[in-house]
Amino acid sequence: MKINLKINNQDKIIDIRPDEMLLEVLRKNGCLSVKHGCDTGSCGACTVLLDGKPILSCSYFAAKADGHSVTTVEGVQNKVEKISKYLVDEGSVQCGFCVPGLVLTTMGMEKELNNPTEDEINHYLSGNLCRCTGYVSHTRAIKKYLEDKK
Amino acid sequence: MIIDEYKKPKTIEEAYSILTTKENSQIIGGGAYMRLSKKHIGTAVDLSNLKLDFITETENYIEIGATTTLRELEINDITNKYFNGIISKSIKNIVGVQLRNIATVGGSIAGKFGFSDLIAALSVLDSKVILYKTGAVNLLDFINKKHNDVIEKIIITKNNLNADFQSIRNTKTDYAILNVAVSKHNNNFYKIAVGARPGIAICADKAESFLKTVDFSKENAEKAGLIASEEIKFTSNFRASAEYRQELCKTLVSRAILNINC
Ligand SMILES: Cc1cc2nc3c(=O)[nH]c(=O)nc-3n(C[C@H](O)[C@H](O)[C@H](O)COP(=O)(O)OP(=O)(O)OC[C@H]3O[C@@H](n4cnc5c(N)ncnc54)[C@H](O)[C@@H]3O)c2cc1C
Ligand code: FES
Ligand code: FES
Repeated sequence: MKINLKINNQDKIIDIRPDEMLLEVLRKNGCLSVKHGCDTGSCGACTVLLDGKPILSCSYFAAKADGHSVTTVEGVQNKVEKISKYLVDEGSVQCGFCVPGLVLTTMGMEKELNNPTEDEINHYLSGNLCRCTGYVSHTRAIKKYLEDKK
Repeated sequence: MIIDEYKKPKTIEEAYSILTTKENSQIIGGGAYMRLSKKHIGTAVDLSNLKLDFITETENYIEIGATTTLRELEINDITNKYFNGIISKSIKNIVGVQLRNIATVGGSIAGKFGFSDLIAALSVLDSKVILYKTGAVNLLDFINKKHNDVIEKIIITKNNLNADFQSIRNTKTDYAILNVAVSKHNNNFYKIAVGARPGIAICADKAESFLKTVDFSKENAEKAGLIASEEIKFTSNFRASAEYRQELCKTLVSRAILNINC
């Protein structure tokens, strides 16, 4: 079946299988920043923004996304570099596998929450698992990023 | 999972008609749980074009459309205004924001999952499931019976009861080892539901009856916890043993009763 998908502001008509998940479709279409982690909806590595809201692309049928707009790290390079700098500076990156998902969830949070507290930041980012660094440095980095943005 | 055909009907009548006439058809709410299944589905009936994502308040009810996401439910002013925010409290630790932006209320009820936090919370409120053809069904009746129908919405009576939700998880975003919901009307009329046993939430009738006959005190809250833990059946799985769940039940039930009254 064919779906219309806006990927990083580019309109595309894509041929998909009815049971294909958005994750596979995005990766086939060049968005390799979208990581194939647990594939069960548990780790957050496959996070993308759907109409600006963070979702798990491994748990979202591509057919459901028909007519919607998807943002991946490839489409927001400047923003990603900005946030990543804070993550690197605070020692929150080792293998980097979780970073694309973490950055996109942070972008979703920026849009949704005004001046989030530390608890609110941790709650919002709790679906992004990191197997390398622990979470204290993530919180420190995102807090600094949000403070410096003010 | 294999799907032969994916449809997004424009009306609920059309969705119901596909569900009841096409072989191996199945409804897709958010699809987050469905996609984990190994099923071969003939026609997937995605409800996202039916405009069932709403949370409204009438004079007597809160109405929640079936395709409302758990995240919408979590942060909504109406649901947070009533019952001490039990609905939001029950779902806010379900995985992460990203999963809650996908998972729907309809899928969470229809799935009848043993671990369901939302079903535990709704079990202690006056909740009805509105099915397209069958009409209104009490939540507990819905859980106990099979329906080949489309959930249109959930309605909850606005009866100003106090409520609390408690759960224990190995890590914040994991499934609950045990979840407990308690509500109280003006008099000593309590409802207590215990879920993730790991079976689906059921009511602690004996503990409820006990509380009807006594005044509130810490000792009576603890006694109710003990009675609930003795009347409800727990089993073991890889998350926790039946014995551990039984111990947790005592504490979570009494903690919820204390929270409601203090
Ligand atoms: C990794 C993971 C962890 C989870 N952890 C928890 C947890 O800790 N606590 C918890 O409570 N829940 C948890 N859940 C479940 C989640 O909250 C949802 O309940 C689940 O995803 C189902 O919602 P859905 O919209 O995705 O439904 P779907 O997957 O689309 O559907 C589920 C079932 O409901 C049927 N259905 C869907 N909508 C309707 C409708 N309107 N009418 C009739 N039938 C319908 C479908 O046919 C299917 O049988 C978890 C899910 C995942 C994937
Ligand atoms: S790959 Fe999607 S949540 Fe882990
Ligand atoms: S840096 Fe390796 S998973 Fe997070």
